[in-house]
Amino acid sequence: MGASLLELENITIRFGGLVAVSDVSLCVSEGELVGLIGPNGAGKTTVFNMITGVYQPTDGKIMFAGKPTTRKKPHVLTKSGMARTFQNIRLFGSMSVFDNVRAATQLHRAHGIRQALWRGRSHHAGEKEVEDRVMELLEVFSLQDFRDEPATSLPYGGQRRLEIVRALATQPKLLLLDEPAAGMNPSEKEELMVLIEFIRKRFGMAILLVEHDMKVVMGICERIAVLEYGIKIAEGTPKEIQSHPKVIEAYLGASGD
Amino acid sequence: MSRILKDPRLLLLIAIVAAVITGLGADQMNLYYRGVIIDIGIAIILAVSLNLINGHTGQFSLGHAGFMSVGAYVAAMITLAAQKSMGAEVLAWMFLPALLVGGLVAALAGLLVGIPSLRLRGDYLAIVTLGFGEIIRVIFQNVEAAGGASGLSGIPRMTGLTWTFILAAIAVYVVGCLVNSTYGRGFIAVHDDEVAASSMGLNPTRYKVTAFVIGAFFAGIAGGLFAHHKTTINPQVFDFMKSFEVVVMVILGGMGRTGGVILAAIILTLAPEFLRAVAEYRMIIYALLIIFLMIARPQGLFHFGRKRKPLTH
Repeated sequence: MGASLLELENITIRFGGLVAVSDVSLCVSEGELVGLIGPNGAGKTTVFNMITGVYQPTDGKIMFAGKPTTRKKPHVLTKSGMARTFQNIRLFGSMSVFDNVRAATQLHRAHGIRQALWRGRSHHAGEKEVEDRVMELLEVFSLQDFRDEPATSLPYGGQRRLEIVRALATQPKLLLLDEPAAGMNPSEKEELMVLIEFIRKRFGMAILLVEHDMKVVMGICERIAVLEYGIKIAEGTPKEIQSHPKVIEAYLGASGD
Repeated sequence: MSRILKDPRLLLLIAIVAAVITGLGADQMNLYYRGVIIDIGIAIILAVSLNLINGHTGQFSLGHAGFMSVGAYVAAMITLAAQKSMGAEVLAWMFLPALLVGGLVAALAGLLVGIPSLRLRGDYLAIVTLGFGEIIRVIFQNVEAAGGASGLSGIPRMTGLTWTFILAAIAVYVVGCLVNSTYGRGFIAVHDDEVAASSMGLNPTRYKVTAFVIGAFFAGIAGGLFAHHKTTINPQVFDFMKSFEVVVMVILGGMGRTGGVILAAIILTLAPEFLRAVAEYRMIIYALLIIFLMIARPQGLFHFGRKRKPLTH
């Protein structure tokens, strides 16, 4: 196991009187694949939104790559090496497949207004570099034939894939996938599992996967944390989680006796 | 070779040369036609610059006449002061610097409006920018140095075809080059989905402020040209209706479509000239046009997207 990349230390968030997430701690090491599961409304996406800076935790601390993320805006955190996908796909709807990924390469570039307006050699060299990188990524995920198609014209599975490609284009150390299997049929889910394992092998990054589909998570994660009503009720290997009484209760309901 | 032909700098150069050549023949031109053509050039600058804010970046601004008035007043006050203290030869050299200063002050106004209002979205931003436009108008109405309600008159007539179209070409070039770059995809990303854009490491606030500042700069330039074209300006000229007119151009041309927006600017400047008989009903026609467009062609009148093949996986 590598050094720890992401650490949640007793984070809590309240929305008015509602405690959405309470005292959750979780750690993701470099290169690790961790699953965060729980029934609907357990607070998984809320945890995600706190990690990525969309919400600020009321209590507790989040450390990313050794630095606290407190009060950092989402775009700053993305620049420091985390990238996410969304539960309900949020592609840039008016752009082509190519441009969706291209937009996500800008954050590490030094080129800005000046190069865009001057259109000199450095502009063209920079744009060529971006194009090569985007095409390389699209090819890895077999989206290259759709490069000039509008992103929203892709089939559902393709849009999910494109969202992952777009996140990868930001060169993250940690990839956060928010319910990537949502709305997929069983065979698409199989493909997705293969894809996630492939990403990890090829790019060697840590992945935090939020999912309520047990099968997907059990199949690929090394470690799983289970949330229920905003509280972490269990953490362990897939085997341990499968036989954990509290988890069985959360998913199947308490037994009658 | 094809790379050179595609270079936008070459297109800009061609446009500038064309503007200079047209300007040489302008003296023989009928004064009325020349006036209308200059109006068109000014409208193009206004529409293309508002298109950066409303079309590409998706921030609904109704304050363009406000930025325009800042540029108009600043530039006019500079040339009026120069006219008093210097000779005619010096005055000619003051025109472009006056326009630039007007543009810069307008850009500063864009920055001042932009920063606080960028937390707001949609209707709320529209209302704030509308309020800004009205505030600016009321300020000019009450400032003695700006001539109060009667405005400024006797502004030297310095706006010619050449400068109008050189500046229009520069506005089109700047907005076009900015948006058509990897950096510029950020404006459209912010337009499409702000949350997703910031998750991709793009700073939405930065892009929005940039759009406002650049848009306001060119609105200010257009204002300066306008002042030295009409030779009198007063606060009523830059009211809400003026902003609305530019918004109609952007919507009619198809938000974010430079070509369409230019075409709309030309048509909407010419239309009132041909339709003098129904001039009183102009705003009613505009309003109906917008309602019709929003229902029937939300992508704009002049946007003809190519047919998409259905995709198979």
